[in-house]
Amino acid sequence: MTNLIKTVAGLLVRRIDGFLLGTALAIAGLGLLVLYSATDASAARVSGQALNLVFALAVMWVAANVTPQHYMRWAVPLFAVGVLLLIGVALFGTVVNGSRRWLSLGVTRIQPSEMMKIAVPLLLAWYFNRQGATIRLVDFAVAAVLILIPVGLIARQPDLGTALLIAASGFFVLYLAGLNWKIIVAAALALAALVPVVWPYLHEYQHERVLVLFDPLRDPLGRGYHIIQSTIALGSGGVLGKGWMNGTQTHLDFLPERHTDFIFAVYGEEFGLLGGIILLALYLMLIARGFVITASASTLFTRLLAGAITLMFFIYAFVNMGMVSGILPVVGIPLPLMSYGGTALVTLFLGLGILMSIHANRKLVKT
Amino acid sequence: MSELRNPERELYLFRRRLALAGGVVVFAFLVLLGRFVFLQVAMQSHYATLAESNRISLVPAVPNRGVITDRNGVVLAQSFSAYTLEVTPSKVRNLEETIEELATLVEITARDRKRFRKLLDESKNFESMPLRTRLTDEEVARFAVNRYRFPGVEVKARLFRQYPFGELASHVIGYIGRINDADVERIEERNETANYKGSDYIGKVGIELSYEGELHGTTGLEEVEVDAGGRAVRLVSRTPPISGNNLQLSLDIKLQQVAEAAFGDKRGALVALDPASGEVLAFVSKPGYDPNLFVEGIDPQNWDALNTSPDKPLLNRPLRGAYPPGSTFKPFMALAALHLGKRTPQQTINDPGYFVLAGGHRFNDDKKGGHGRVDMYKSIVVSCDTYYYQLASELEIDDLAGVMKLFGFGQKSGIDIEGELSGVLPNREWKRQRFAGKQYRDEHRKWYLGDNISVGIGQGYNAYTPLQLAHAISTVATNGVAYKPHLVKSIHNTRTGSVTMVDTSPSHTIAMKPEHWETVKAALVGVNKEGTGARAFAGAAYTNGGKTGTAQVYSLRGEKYDAKRVGERLRDHALFIAYAPAEQPRIALSVLVENGGFGAAAAAPIARQVMDYFLTGKIAKPTAPALPPPVDDESD
Repeated sequence: MTNLIKTVAGLLVRRIDGFLLGTALAIAGLGLLVLYSATDASAARVSGQALNLVFALAVMWVAANVTPQHYMRWAVPLFAVGVLLLIGVALFGTVVNGSRRWLSLGVTRIQPSEMMKIAVPLLLAWYFNRQGATIRLVDFAVAAVLILIPVGLIARQPDLGTALLIAASGFFVLYLAGLNWKIIVAAALALAALVPVVWPYLHEYQHERVLVLFDPLRDPLGRGYHIIQSTIALGSGGVLGKGWMNGTQTHLDFLPERHTDFIFAVYGEEFGLLGGIILLALYLMLIARGFVITASASTLFTRLLAGAITLMFFIYAFVNMGMVSGILPVVGIPLPLMSYGGTALVTLFLGLGILMSIHANRKLVKT
Repeated sequence: MSELRNPERELYLFRRRLALAGGVVVFAFLVLLGRFVFLQVAMQSHYATLAESNRISLVPAVPNRGVITDRNGVVLAQSFSAYTLEVTPSKVRNLEETIEELATLVEITARDRKRFRKLLDESKNFESMPLRTRLTDEEVARFAVNRYRFPGVEVKARLFRQYPFGELASHVIGYIGRINDADVERIEERNETANYKGSDYIGKVGIELSYEGELHGTTGLEEVEVDAGGRAVRLVSRTPPISGNNLQLSLDIKLQQVAEAAFGDKRGALVALDPASGEVLAFVSKPGYDPNLFVEGIDPQNWDALNTSPDKPLLNRPLRGAYPPGSTFKPFMALAALHLGKRTPQQTINDPGYFVLAGGHRFNDDKKGGHGRVDMYKSIVVSCDTYYYQLASELEIDDLAGVMKLFGFGQKSGIDIEGELSGVLPNREWKRQRFAGKQYRDEHRKWYLGDNISVGIGQGYNAYTPLQLAHAISTVATNGVAYKPHLVKSIHNTRTGSVTMVDTSPSHTIAMKPEHWETVKAALVGVNKEGTGARAFAGAAYTNGGKTGTAQVYSLRGEKYDAKRVGERLRDHALFIAYAPAEQPRIALSVLVENGGFGAAAAAPIARQVMDYFLTGKIAKPTAPALPPPVDDESD
């Protein structure tokens, strides 16, 4: 009997990275706490998110127990299915808030752009790994095309924030694969030069999001309202915060989207600078652990994949907190592991599971 | 990129890039940390203030406006609380749609919409403005259930002003109305801006205007926590408002009603004073208007009707109408003659029916053939023009004006409502100024003896308000003791219960020999006994004195006046001044009936009714309707 328990328990924790899981759960726990406050003590929202968390943990466990070889095998089909689904969205998608992002599957709706966050780095890691010894300029060009297909489809939805972040996660793989600095610099310059060319083709609301960053007061009750109210929330929190459930910006409805993209403003208002430092430290720990796993990964595929996933956590956290604190434009990016929402949580824990799988298999795998 | 694979070097390069990425991560997080420190430490107080001003809304608590009562405590103006449906346009997405939707819950008439449109044009978008006033309890309940659907729309309890008697005494009480730009300036001048936060109304005319400072009260302050929709969540602190003071007028509303009823459809004015204190007992300006129309902003139709009517219902005649006094000027001429030593009471003149000025200009008497031998008594009793033509021709105009000034002619009486006119007490200097313009020549500016003649019988350049006439006869009644007329008798502080009585000490005394007063007053009594006022005062239960007057509107240039031939608006004004009882006067009054014809026929009977009612409680002819019921609904 005890043996059986031991076996089951062993099976459960085998391949699970305690440190990674610990920090992730600490962040998600804080997230539930803040969510409770942000939703004015809505038990339904909090238990819903807790359920999402349980499901995400199961996904993580499965992902941790799948070997990197399997991931390598799934890279191409996953990417292909993802791109097909994105095309499906473009043709038959459901419009929510003016964007065509969702694909209705009868009982539930899925957001195919979410799975591309994993599928794109996976495919690129597979591609570079396959090229092995000879990574040439043309390989980078091919990779760039592979990135631009889903990015273009997502940007058309329009969901510029997700598109840019997926492009970023693709770029991370290119960067870690050794993309020549000259090309990086040249590409950066070309992008900068492209801004005035692309600008007229962007949607009006996208213009506003960027312009409002420089001057929130240009539209204090509209686009600028988010930034103004979130900086007031953060700033008025001070060093120690106003205390849990005591944020006036939060509880008197001044903060918009406070349980999703702007949850960090609630956190900052109620827990102050101290809370902010703790959260930054937790993210830093998570990312540092990801780097350790990346550095000790045994194959090019796992190295590239682990590095890209780790940097994905970073870029999400950074862009979200930068947006809430008013140094980056408002793009619809949730705060990883904290914002309310099931799809993002599942994707992130899937990423963590893949990292765990890579770590567990660091010595066993040969290419 | 090497052709041959070198795992060691590859790993080294990879780790270098990873380390660089790590550096970027740390740097990025330091940037975030810096931003947090900036917001939460350096700018903390700034943002805390912003959060507080988001959260806390200072809501002024509007004080209850003081009540105005007559001398017996009958309420003439009061405030009551009622629910209004208010809209803050800046917080409403689509105003038209919102109003349409609201109309399904609460009745909103076309008139409400028009009035709301007008308010919209006049005020700022972030102000809350009434769409519907005086909601029923049921309507309040119906809206409350649907409130969530209407951000920026609220039900508020507001104070309304109501004038129960409508038109009656409207020119005394005046009205309040919504504060406009001119009012804001006045408020700023008086440094009262803070006290008017939240006040929507202010006195516009009459007592409501002149006693604004007493009636308004002190605004309180409520600190309220509000949510992003601007709705009050919780009361943080409260400084209660202090109600305005109540005013007790010296006016007797029943007497006022008798007086107004006595006028019937006639246009004119009546001022009745208590000669012993200057208290205004009745103050009539006909026609009047319903002050209730103005409180919520008058609609364009009613406004045009009032403003363009040839009857000028908005003109406060006793205060701002200047009329020649006609023969009511004669007793004062007599007093001036006695005082200046130009006549003795016994001195007589011969009246052939006209007076010829040196130079040949002939002035006709009213009576063809004249009154024969006329002394001072008779000159007043029969209203002999020739007597006064002659007297005036012997007087120096500046001396005459000096005496008339003592009676308050051409002077503001100092009554306690704003807007009083001075009228015209002509003298040499006045004429020089009056015709100072370039279009006039020197001979226009010169004073001629002929000017004296017209002035002597109350015509010519003379122009006085009915209030001045009442004040002057009141001063005669007291043998020269003058009081400043006042409408407010006492001011009641509702909080402390203290009562401030208005000063009723004499403003000045005209020093004249007692026998002069007796001479003229005996003549005034004679007027109502055996003279021009005898018919109107036949059978009066009290002793009384008076003087009739008829003032020319239209210059006849020597023709005989015929009321039937002259257009109604060009007919003479009828005047009458009186006081009673003769020995110990308790009431003194002036009556003016515009285009009424002869004073004896048109004005004296009105004076009779008012005096009868005041002194005996009865009216000779029961013509007055019952008091109107209090207005409790706005009806079109």
